[in-house]
Amino acid sequence: MKARTRAATILLTPFFLLFTAVMVVPIGYAVWLSLFTEKQSGLGFGGTETVFTGLDNYTAALGDRAFREGFGVLLGYCLLYIPLLLAGALGLALLLDSALARARRFFQLALFLPHAVPGIIAALIWVYLYTPQLSPVVQAMEAGGIGFDFFSPEGALPSVVNIALWEWLGYNMVIFYAALQAIDRSVLEAATVDGAGAWRIAFSVKIPLVKASLAMVALFTIIGSLQLFTEPLILNKGTGSAVTSTWTPNMYAYTAAFDRNDYGLAAAASVLLALTAALLSFAVTRMTGRRKAGKERTA
Amino acid sequence: MTGRPRTGSVWLSKAAVNGALVLAVVYMLFPLVWLLTAATKDAGGLLAGNAFSFEGFDLGGNLSRLAAYNDGIYFHWYANSLLYAGAGALACSLVSVAAGYAFHVYDFRGKEKLFGLVLLGVLVPTTALALPMYLLASEIGVVNTYWAVLIPVLVNPFGVYLSRVFCAGYIPDEALEAARIDGAGELRVFWSIGLRMVMPGFVTVFLFQFTAVWNNFFLPLVMLSDQKLYPLSLGLYAWNSNAHAEPDFYPLVVTGSLLAVVPLVVAFVSLQRHWKAGLTAGSVK
Repeated sequence: MKARTRAATILLTPFFLLFTAVMVVPIGYAVWLSLFTEKQSGLGFGGTETVFTGLDNYTAALGDRAFREGFGVLLGYCLLYIPLLLAGALGLALLLDSALARARRFFQLALFLPHAVPGIIAALIWVYLYTPQLSPVVQAMEAGGIGFDFFSPEGALPSVVNIALWEWLGYNMVIFYAALQAIDRSVLEAATVDGAGAWRIAFSVKIPLVKASLAMVALFTIIGSLQLFTEPLILNKGTGSAVTSTWTPNMYAYTAAFDRNDYGLAAAASVLLALTAALLSFAVTRMTGRRKAGKERTA
Repeated sequence: MTGRPRTGSVWLSKAAVNGALVLAVVYMLFPLVWLLTAATKDAGGLLAGNAFSFEGFDLGGNLSRLAAYNDGIYFHWYANSLLYAGAGALACSLVSVAAGYAFHVYDFRGKEKLFGLVLLGVLVPTTALALPMYLLASEIGVVNTYWAVLIPVLVNPFGVYLSRVFCAGYIPDEALEAARIDGAGELRVFWSIGLRMVMPGFVTVFLFQFTAVWNNFFLPLVMLSDQKLYPLSLGLYAWNSNAHAEPDFYPLVVTGSLLAVVPLVVAFVSLQRHWKAGLTAGSVK
């Protein structure tokens, strides 16, 4: 038995050492940093000193309109993106799962392919497709009488959502499709025998049976959405773009650290972001957990 | 579609279902087709003319300009990306599989609590960590080195979770028992039996981490200032920032992007079985 304990220790140590160094310590350090502010000492001749300021950085971040607006952008992004992603991916998976679909392997691979494109390159491609001078899409839309500025204040959010959808739709479709394929076929046959049509089976049988996958995808999508940074950063470089350098909380933290050299504020913003993620994760798992517990009780 | 549908309506439904799928495929693929055709054009051709054609085909010219620019720094970035993603993902998979194997095979006090910590790690937004990591790295003086990008990518809590699931699926207890009876030590059992049997899981974790590191942008952005250490993502970003002032950078960015996508597309097409297994292991328990 002792040999086994030793082996377990040896096999687990590398991961937990790295886990501590790369996740636990930075979180602790961020919390610590967020409690301090660099202040000019004296008349500004004596250099800077680090002063404990308690929760000042948090009140400063939360008091900053730009930071709060960043969360507003995230909220708008989630409200637009998450329903479109879930409905789109689930819809495509149901189509693929229906008895009528052909060439399933081809469709799966083709729909998944954009996920193999690095996020930064996906953003670059789409920004080029949004730029009037470069884009055949904008030119085609104009020829059709549709004038849409992808960089305008109204256009920026849909532009970012479109890039994210392009990257993640196929990925999540594969997850849903796998969950649908795992459904016991006799359940579906029973429903058919009972006279249920394809729509009825999809909504009353298939979707309820893949709820766990839906909840998991929703959870990871929320966490991913909170990290929104790369795509808007690229759009931010477009001239005349409505995307500012503090458009999302993550961009705010980045700007605070590297443009303003205010590490305390940047740390506070990062901690607030991580806390939001934790709260939302807790809420989502709690909601789905309760539903599961309720089901077990009635069963 | 109750009862027995007439052949006409089946044909119509079939057309509707497959038509909708084809439309989705067009949406997914046309940006990639654009990337392919755009990479064959020079700056003038990109800014004028039909982008979806091979008109003014000059892929060779773009490639040689790519190789020549700034003493071929692009291929330096390519090598860096291969190093970060290759070495990083290999070490990460080994670390993850070792931990996942230990969680599956051994019983010890507080095991599920420790595993809960791993699951909690899955939920931490990594970009919220990048900034504190940078500040920490600058304290200990590893900012702007290879290590600053390599060490953080060795950790993937989701990889540990996947490895545990895969170990449960691929390693029968009898095989381990047999090896123990033959007198193999515990680590020997892991190395020669466990690791071999869970190889499909290892490849899956490797594939996912390789992609993640290849796509990694935020971490190198905060950690690196020396262009020589850049991965492709950061290099292309830097070039793109110049393109607004100098349109000559457009063909470099577009052709560079095309080449940067190729390894991942090849990996995903050839390893279909593995990424599907990885996606499903994460979703359907």
